[in-house]
Amino acid sequence: MLLDANTSMDLKIVSLISVGKHPTSGRARRAEQDGRAVELGLSVAEAGRGKQNLTVLHAGDSQQSALRSYAGMGLESVRVIQLRESADAVSPLTEYLRKHAPDIILTGVRAESGESSGMVPYLLAEKLGWPVVPRIANIVSIKEGVAEVLQALPRGQRRALTVRLPFIASVDNAAAEPRQSAFGPASRALIEQQQASSDADAVRSEWSELPARKRPKRLKVVKAKTAADRFKAATAKPQGSGGKVLKDEPVTEQAQAIFDLLLEEGVLR
Amino acid sequence: MTFEWLHPFLIATALLLAAVGAVRRVNLWRAGQPESVDFVAGLMAMPGRYLHDLHDIVERDKYMSKTHAATGGGFVLSLLLVILVHLFGVQSQILAWALLASLALMFIGAVFVFKRRLNPPSRLSKGPWMRLPKSLLAFSSAFFILTLPMAGVLPEVAGGLLLTIVLSIFIAMGLSEMLLGMTWGGPMKHAFAGALHLAFHRRPERFGGGRSTGLKPVALDQRVLGVQKPEDFKWNQLLGFDACVQCGKCEAVCPAFAAGQPLNPKKLIQDMVVGMAGGSDARYAGSPYPGKEVGQANGGPLLTITEGLIDPDTLWSCTTCRACVEECPMMIEHVDAIVDMRRFLTMETGSTPNKGAQVLDNLIATDNPNGNAPASRTNWAADQNLPLLRDLKETDVVFWVSDGAFDMRSQRILRAFVSLLKAANVDFAVLGDEELDSGDVARRLGDDATFQSLAKRNIAALSQYKFKRIVTTDPHAYHCLRNEYADFADGLFDNIEVLHHTTYLNELVQAGKLKLSRFKGGKVTYHDPCYLGRYNGEYEAPRELLRSLGIEIAEMERSGFRSRCCGGGGGAPITDIPGERRIADMRMEDVQTTGAELIAVGCQQCTAMLEGVVEPRPQVKDIAEILAGVLLEDEAENNVESQLEEAF
Ligand code: SF4
Ligand code: SF4
Repeated sequence: MLLDANTSMDLKIVSLISVGKHPTSGRARRAEQDGRAVELGLSVAEAGRGKQNLTVLHAGDSQQSALRSYAGMGLESVRVIQLRESADAVSPLTEYLRKHAPDIILTGVRAESGESSGMVPYLLAEKLGWPVVPRIANIVSIKEGVAEVLQALPRGQRRALTVRLPFIASVDNAAAEPRQSAFGPASRALIEQQQASSDADAVRSEWSELPARKRPKRLKVVKAKTAADRFKAATAKPQGSGGKVLKDEPVTEQAQAIFDLLLEEGVLR
Repeated sequence: MTFEWLHPFLIATALLLAAVGAVRRVNLWRAGQPESVDFVAGLMAMPGRYLHDLHDIVERDKYMSKTHAATGGGFVLSLLLVILVHLFGVQSQILAWALLASLALMFIGAVFVFKRRLNPPSRLSKGPWMRLPKSLLAFSSAFFILTLPMAGVLPEVAGGLLLTIVLSIFIAMGLSEMLLGMTWGGPMKHAFAGALHLAFHRRPERFGGGRSTGLKPVALDQRVLGVQKPEDFKWNQLLGFDACVQCGKCEAVCPAFAAGQPLNPKKLIQDMVVGMAGGSDARYAGSPYPGKEVGQANGGPLLTITEGLIDPDTLWSCTTCRACVEECPMMIEHVDAIVDMRRFLTMETGSTPNKGAQVLDNLIATDNPNGNAPASRTNWAADQNLPLLRDLKETDVVFWVSDGAFDMRSQRILRAFVSLLKAANVDFAVLGDEELDSGDVARRLGDDATFQSLAKRNIAALSQYKFKRIVTTDPHAYHCLRNEYADFADGLFDNIEVLHHTTYLNELVQAGKLKLSRFKGGKVTYHDPCYLGRYNGEYEAPRELLRSLGIEIAEMERSGFRSRCCGGGGGAPITDIPGERRIADMRMEDVQTTGAELIAVGCQQCTAMLEGVVEPRPQVKDIAEILAGVLLEDEAENNVESQLEEAF
C-alpha cells in the first residue's frame, strides 16, 4: 500500500458492516464481505497512521452480539446508529456520512440476510453524489487524492482503476480474508451508540422471508471430441460470443435489445 | 590445623549467600499471578511426595534412581552434619562417623553420575551439568578428608599447608556448586526449587497415584486472557519451571520433537526460566528446537513471550499428548504452560495458524468444527432408529456420539458401537441435535471462551434429563466430559459416571451380556490413545476386551503410559506446523516392528491419523468394530444389519 504523506495524514475511512447469517446454521455472524471491508479498511489505515483513521459503522441494533466479532479484529470501538428493526438504514447512514465526510467508504457487495439487494452502496452514492466502484479486491495506492484500486472480475482477473477521493467501494470476495476475530478485544471493544430518526423500510415491510434456493444453472452442452477440448470447455473463460455492444444507439433500442434477450432466455414469458 | 577459622567461615558464607539467593529466587516466582495453595499441608506432604511420587518416576530408570538416592540422600544428610560438625563445631565421634558414612554414600553416587556423564545421551543438557559430577566429587571427598581427624582416624594436621590449600579449594568449589548454585541458578537449583515445587504443586491431586489432567478454566473477564508475559503465569507455575533438571526425558518422548517440528519440551521449560529471570538462551546447553539455532531468544518477566523468546510455531507444534508430563521426574506441567500461551495467541492476538481460525469460527457458528448444518448431526443414524433423550426423558446410558457423526469413517465406528449396545439390550439414548461439539479442539487451540460456551450449553442439554452414565467412543469428548466439565456443571457430574466405550464394552463382555466368537485374523497390536491412556488412565479395559476375543496383543515398545501419540491431538492437524516427518508415520513404524496386521484403536481421531498413512500398512480398526465383527447374533434382523456393515 502506497500512501503519500499528504493524504495519509487525514485519510478517513468508514467500513460499513451488517449482521451476517451463517449459511448452514442461520446464526448471526460477521458477514464475509463486510469482514473483508473491515480488513481492507484496517490495512489501509495501518499503512497510514493507524487504526484510529478507520471507523467501523453499523446501522441497526447495538445489542447484536455479532458486532463483537468485527470488534475482535482488533477494533477499539464499533459505532452503531441505533435503528428499529423495521427501519431503513439508508437515510440515517447518509446523514452520518455527510456529517463526518470520510474519504473512502467500504461496504460488502450485498448483505447475507434481509433484502440483500446490494443497493446500499449505490443508494448512498446517489445521495452523496460520489462515485461507486463495485467489487474491488484491493486498494493499491492513494496519491494526491486519487486512489488506484483493483476491481475483481470473474476467474481471478483484475482490472486496475483510478478513482478520485471520496468514493464508495463494495468489497468482493476476492479481497483479503478478514483476520481472525479474537475473543479478548471483541469483548472489551466499545460499542458507541448513536440515536437517529429513521423511516420504516416500506419495501421490506411487504416482504416475507423464505430460505433461499440454489438458482438453477444453465446446462452447458459440451460438444467436445477430445480430452483437450473438454478440458478447455471446463476451464476456459467463455469468450462472450453472440453478444452485442449497444453504446450509441437510442435508449429505446437498447431497452428493446435487453427485453428481447430476456424473452429469448425465457426469463420473461 | 592452621586456618581453623577458614572452613567454618567458608560454610557460613556459602550458607548466607545461598540464603540471599533464595530470597531473590523466591521473588522471581512471586512475580507470578496469585494462586492459593495450602502451604503447611504442602510442606508437610513434601518429603512423602519426594520419596514416593517423584521417586516412582525416577525408578523407571533404575540406574538413575539408585544414583540419585545415593547422591541426593548422601548430600542432604552430609550437609546437615557438616553444619553441625564443621560450622558449629559439635565434638562427637558418632556424628563424625555418620558424616563420613553419608559423604561416602554421596561420593559413590557421584561416581555413577560421573560415569553417566562420560558419554551422555543426547537428551541430557551439557554445559554446567557436565561440571556437576566433579563438584559432587570435590564436595564429598574434601569434606571426607576434613572429617577424618574428628572421627579419630587421622591425627591432626596431617599434610600441612599444601593439603589445607587443596582441601579449601575443593571445599569452596563444592560449596559454591552445592549451596550457591542451589539458589543462584546452577544445576543444583533443582533441589531447592524442586522441593518447593513438590510442596506447592498446582495439581496436588497428582500425588499419591492420583491423576489431574483437565485444563484449568480461564476467567474470561481478565485484563489479559492467557499468558502473554512470564509474569502472567501463576507463581507456582514459575516455581515449577525452575525445578527442571534438564534430564531431557520429555524431549526423548516428544512426538513433535521426533518429527522435527520446532518443539522441544525441555528447551521450552528452559526458555520459561530465561523469561522469568530475564536474559537470553545463550547458556542453554541442550538440544535445540529442531531447525532453530540456540542463542537467538531473549526474554524478560515483562516481555511478550512470543515476541523474541518463543516462536508461536513451537507452541502450535504440541499435540498435547502429555508424554512429557508423564515422563518428567519433576512433575512439571508442560501442557498447561503451552495451552496458557496459546490462549493468549488465540484470544488476544487472533493468530491461530492455518485452519485454526476457520475451525473456531465454525465451532462458534455451527457447534461443529467443519461448519456442517447443526440439524444434520443425526443424519448418520437415519437408519438406526436411535432413541432420543428428548422423547424418553430418562434412560440408563447416554451415548455421546461426538463429531464423528459428521465423518464417514467415524460413522462406521458409531454404527458398530450401536449394534453392540443393541445386542446387549442396553437401555440407551442419544441427545441428537441437542449434542454439540465437546469443545475439546477449541480449548486445546486456546479458545477457552468457545470451549466454555459449548460446555455450558452441553451441560444445560444434559441436565434436562435423567440418566446414570454417559458413554462415548471419542476419548477427547470423554476427557472433556469427565475431567473438564465439572468446573461448569454445578455438581451435575457428581452422580453421573462418564465412561469410554472400551470400558463400558468390557463391562458388558465380562458380565456375559455380549456373545462373541473368537477373533480369526492375524497378529493384532493396540495403540493407546493419549486422551484415554495418559489423560484417563484407561490402559487395561481395551486390552482385556481384546484378550477376551482370544487375541494375544503384540505390544509395541511404546505402549501403555509410554504410548506415542498418533499426531492427532491438541488441534495439531489443524495448525499443521511443518516438520521433517509426520508423527503418524512414526507411529506406523512402531506398529510395523511388531509385525501386526491389524491395529486396534479406541479413538476416531487415531483411526483417521493412522489410516492417513500410505499403504501398504496394517489395517486400522476401532475395538468396537472388531467386536461387532465377531458378534454372535441370534436375531435375523440383526444379521441384516451386520451384512450392511460389511458392505461399508
Ligand atoms: S521438564 Fe522434566 S523431563 Fe523435561 S528436562 Fe526438565 S525435568 Fe526433565
Ligand atoms: S504434550 Fe506431547 S507434543 Fe506436547 S510437548 Fe509434551 S510430549 Fe511434546
